[in-house]
Amino acid sequence: MSIDPNLLIKFSPMHRLQWEEAQQKYVILYPEGLVELNESSAEILQLCDGSRNLNQIVAELEEIFSASDLKDDINNFLEVALKNGWIEQL
Amino acid sequence: MAGSNNFNITPPRWLLAELTYKCPLQCPYCSNPLDYTKHSTEISTEDWKRVLSEARKMGAVQLGFSGGEPLTRPDLVELVLHAQQLGYYSNLITSGYGLTEEKIAQLKHAGLDHIQISIQASTQELNDYLAGTKSYETKKQVAHLVKNLGYPMVLCVVIHRENIHQMPQILEMAEELGADYLELANTQYYGWAHANRDLLLPTKEQFDEAESIAQAYKEKVKDKMKIYYVIPDYYEDRPKACMNGWGTTFLTIAPDGIALPCHSARDLPGLDCPSVNKYSIEEIWKESKAFNFFRGDDWMKEPCRSCDEKEKDFGGCHCQAYMLTGDMYNADPVCSKSPEHHVIQEALDSAKASALSENEKPLIFRNSKNSKLYVKPEKDNLNG
Repeated sequence: MSIDPNLLIKFSPMHRLQWEEAQQKYVILYPEGLVELNESSAEILQLCDGSRNLNQIVAELEEIFSASDLKDDINNFLEVALKNGWIEQL
Repeated sequence: MAGSNNFNITPPRWLLAELTYKCPLQCPYCSNPLDYTKHSTEISTEDWKRVLSEARKMGAVQLGFSGGEPLTRPDLVELVLHAQQLGYYSNLITSGYGLTEEKIAQLKHAGLDHIQISIQASTQELNDYLAGTKSYETKKQVAHLVKNLGYPMVLCVVIHRENIHQMPQILEMAEELGADYLELANTQYYGWAHANRDLLLPTKEQFDEAESIAQAYKEKVKDKMKIYYVIPDYYEDRPKACMNGWGTTFLTIAPDGIALPCHSARDLPGLDCPSVNKYSIEEIWKESKAFNFFRGDDWMKEPCRSCDEKEKDFGGCHCQAYMLTGDMYNADPVCSKSPEHHVIQEALDSAKASALSENEKPLIFRNSKNSKLYVKPEKDNLNG
């Protein structure tokens, strides 16, 4: 499964992305499941709101982090996210 | 041993709220204690709300409403609403029996995130026999209602010798009902399942065949239905990492308010499991004897102590070690390194002999009448 660069990316309605104060991190919640996210994964997933495609997400994060070579990392993470059902493409 | 070595106490992340031991079903593999009738008092709605608030503050985020049958608690919707306001992800673990369309809508409105329904078998006859109650048609209707209201739907089927031959039909039934997740839970032999082990434990050949059918199906439906296959303990070489490590992740509160590091821990001797009526969740999690008992590895004996896999499985399950070897400090005998590993083979042989026997003893169904037979003083004799 790979990311189609032309399609918008949206966080799955069957999952929930939530900030956890006690753990100071974002988590993904789903039926009887919990995934703890590191900072960069959480940054990427927060932009998956159905209004951006891959390149738009990359551009936005590169601007936030003043970087220019994030595309491969972001694409790799989003492929994992797609495979796990955390995101979907519209 | 308790608390004598260095370890970080991590926050609880899962809270299992066993609201009641009442249940309209009588499944002979129930994980509730055999003598559950002895613990029939239930804490109040206000107590549960306090428990949910305190555990959430500690870090718990996954919440299971379980039992018994949690639908028998009249305050379920109120507790679901409280959980939603606290930011829990709440799961209702139910037989589906007694779940009306109106109730499902109320629960949805209160913020319940997901419903897990158990079905005992793929045919009405076998389902109703195992449940001890006519429930198959109701369960299927409830599955449709759950799906129609937009909940993620988890179907749970406990697998054992009475239904393992239905594996292909169970998989088809789950797909037809539109399950998003199918949990194929090979029976774990605690509580009532342990009492019925000779009648429930499948043979190696049955396990292997069922597993290969399930794995092939998993591949076929991977885009629309996720299949969780709970491994059959007794056919593994290594024990499960029970509870993800004692007192690291899971907190169970029993119907009477006793806090347990795992839901079988009440049976272990000398733990003095604390009550939420006397202590806060923070005191229970951080300071109680029970929750510190198997934290770290100072408690370990050989072969666990020098084992290079001790960080991976933490010695396995203490309840299983106690139940099968009489000593909770022993390695889980499922482990092939355990000097007591032979008890597993003996259990398999005994179950096979029972399956081949012409007059197999009947299943002991989980109900109050049978439970009373296990209440002390008889309990000590029946534990081993």
